[in-house]
Amino acid sequence: MSMSDDALETFRTEVRTWLEENCPPEMRDGASGEDAIVWGGRNWKFTSDAQKLWLDRMAAKGWTVPTWPVEYGGGGLDRAHHKILFEEMRAIGARVPLQSFGIWMLGPALLAFGSHEQKLQYLPPIARGEVRWCQGYSEPGAGSDLASVQTKADSDGDHYIVNGQKIWTSYADKADCIFALVRTDRDAPKHLGITFLLIDMETPGVTTKPIRLISGKSPFCETFFDDVHVPKANVVGTENRGWDVAKHLLTHEREMISGGGQGLLGGRPLGVVLNEQEGGLTDPVLRAEAMGCEVDALAVALTLERYKDQAESGGGVGDASAMLKYAGTELNKRRHELMMSAGGSDALEWDGKYGGLASDWLRTKANSIEGGTSEVMLSIISRRVLGLPT
Amino acid sequence: MSTLLLTEDETMLQDAARGFLDGAAPVSHFRKLRDAGQTHDAKLWAEMAQMGWTGVLVPEEAGGSDMGHAAACVLAGEMGKTLATSPFISTAVIAATALRQVATDRARDALGAIAAGDVIYGLAVDEGHKHNPEGTQLEAHADGNGFRLSGTKGFVVDGGNADRLLVLARTGAGLTLFDLPADRNGITRTVQSLVDARDAATVTFDNVQATGDDVLGAVDDAMTVLKPALEAGQAALSAEMLGLSAGAFAMTVGYLKERKQFGVEIGRFQALQHRAAHLWSETEITLSAVRHAGRKLDEDPANATLAVSLAKARAAQTAKLAVIEGVQMHGGIGMTDDFDMGFFMKRARVATEWLGDYGYHAAKVAAARGF
Ligand SMILES: Cc1cc2nc3c(=O)[nH]c(=O)nc-3n(C[C@H](O)[C@H](O)[C@H](O)COP(=O)(O)OP(=O)(O)OC[C@H]3O[C@@H](n4cnc5c(N)ncnc54)[C@H](O)[C@@H]3O)c2cc1C
Repeated sequence: MSMSDDALETFRTEVRTWLEENCPPEMRDGASGEDAIVWGGRNWKFTSDAQKLWLDRMAAKGWTVPTWPVEYGGGGLDRAHHKILFEEMRAIGARVPLQSFGIWMLGPALLAFGSHEQKLQYLPPIARGEVRWCQGYSEPGAGSDLASVQTKADSDGDHYIVNGQKIWTSYADKADCIFALVRTDRDAPKHLGITFLLIDMETPGVTTKPIRLISGKSPFCETFFDDVHVPKANVVGTENRGWDVAKHLLTHEREMISGGGQGLLGGRPLGVVLNEQEGGLTDPVLRAEAMGCEVDALAVALTLERYKDQAESGGGVGDASAMLKYAGTELNKRRHELMMSAGGSDALEWDGKYGGLASDWLRTKANSIEGGTSEVMLSIISRRVLGLPT
Repeated sequence: MSTLLLTEDETMLQDAARGFLDGAAPVSHFRKLRDAGQTHDAKLWAEMAQMGWTGVLVPEEAGGSDMGHAAACVLAGEMGKTLATSPFISTAVIAATALRQVATDRARDALGAIAAGDVIYGLAVDEGHKHNPEGTQLEAHADGNGFRLSGTKGFVVDGGNADRLLVLARTGAGLTLFDLPADRNGITRTVQSLVDARDAATVTFDNVQATGDDVLGAVDDAMTVLKPALEAGQAALSAEMLGLSAGAFAMTVGYLKERKQFGVEIGRFQALQHRAAHLWSETEITLSAVRHAGRKLDEDPANATLAVSLAKARAAQTAKLAVIEGVQMHGGIGMTDDFDMGFFMKRARVATEWLGDYGYHAAKVAAARGF
């Protein structure tokens, strides 16, 4: 065993002991469903004291955002240490203490493009689950063609005055703040007139209106801005160069969405879960599909690992994140189709013996749309990776 | 476990292999062999030996370079790209891995001969139309201190050119692996003319005499020696198939950028762009599975079945897609013998069947995952 292996094993022992002492028993059920998620924010209602205790303890260690720098509320862990923390948490079925768009998207963008003051101001509250963010990218006329956003921010001294509309804004009605793409130069080529702006949802002029999804839930909204005054200090990066920030954030969003199916079924093989269903996995067609799905799922999981290895070694992942997003989300849809098919008529009830399987199945259809559609991912690959002409 | 990235040594090996094969064994070299009705290039094999490739899995004390399975996969992958033809997998990977499991002087000498490029092994395992070692019928019945082998093996890869054969036979209470000279009395080899124009033979055994010395490992216990050898072969073959996919894909993308119809490069058509991008995604995902198989064989060989079968299953699917799309996106020219794409297609089909097809390996993955 090398020195570094020794150090890692010591860390593993420390983590194990700490988790044993600090993870409340109620938080060890491995639950990852909608009801188990803590999104945090000013108006967050914890469902139990244990949930709050768990979040506070993990946040104090910096382990809600294990890889962020310590000075910004993170744990300062490299990939090897992070992996150990993850493994040890999984070993006792510890819930993820906090999930949020701040963690997945805004944080990485601020770390790359924010000023030191912005990082100090915004990152620790994200890490502690005190401020909840939502994403204001899409507009009625700007979906796949995101760079054609029209929401405008006109200069007014040290402020902007923002007017326009966003759509499909997930959890806009629950979030405290929004990171938005706004147009600050209407004469420049479309990619060069966009600014990345942070806006408090409590600012006068911001309103939201929920939209219902096919899964029956209503997690996203239309978001309106009417003469909203926003300090210019809230620009991340440079005015009119927000597209760079936006793209960087998207690669993180895509990685997050592509890994979405990985935690599915508590990491258990699809075939085993299907076996447990009534009648077992006897249908030969279903069985063959489940095998194929398992083969592809394992290979996709290894690819996520390989890309993380690459990112860690300084190689970067870049445009290949489009591939992970495409492959991971299409696979996730395939798995849910199989689960529904295996469940037969029992799976058709909203809250039947398989719990929320039906609404999960419907929700996965969005995976290949949100954060950039599969077709857009394929176009990115063909253009930027394969160098095909356009 | 090490990462799924190539190490510095592996990258150097890959670069060296690519440089060498582009010069000494490009696809045109395979075409020449095919046109001349040949399935082996002794000079090429000797050069591979000189560079340490044939000894990639041979211990240093037996004269090998002992670079490991991940390195063997790197080499097989580069050979796949240019369709370089050699008995590398049957001899340097499968036979070498089998022989390594055995601590006899004879095995050590045989390993030395492999490293030196002095011997070619053929793998006489299959009998029916699908890979199924456990279903072996060829019988080796006890005869005094030795055995008598009778039966027929088919799809014996490199069997035509082989100096020696690894023969799987049924014995009293199980299966036994024999290592026999290919010209032993009673052995008849008939070359099979396969679609990929490489070496394979039907081998009949007519009361062939074998001694205890000819047994590799223990009597009635072939799998202790053969299983790791087959898995090593399957991993290397997966790497070859992935290399083949990459070779076919490079030709296809090149053509998309150059061929014009309707006044523009056909690569401007989104219908083709998206299919090419999908194919690239599949090759990237399979690459992870192939790397993982090599690492697992090097670091935890006793538990490598899942990793190896995952690689072979994925490689079969990816290679199939790569060559089907390769022909389709080339249009008419893709169907001509003058053009190379057909070679890739035919090799992909044969490599898919050898050592277990998609169904065989997907079932192993499923079994390993508990269903
Ligand atoms: C559940 C859910 C949550 C979301 N959350 C958020 C959020 O929090 N914040 C936010 O800003 N946005 C969010 N979105 C919006 C999402 O990013 C957009 O829906 C997505 O980018 C697609 O845009 P669109 O809906 O306008 O579809 P369109 O762009 O109109 O696409 C329609 C169809 O045309 C295809 N298409 C479009 N252009 C091309 C092309 N060039 N080539 C080939 N095909 C093409 C698309 O692939 C798609 O199949 C969410 C969406 C969903 C479904």
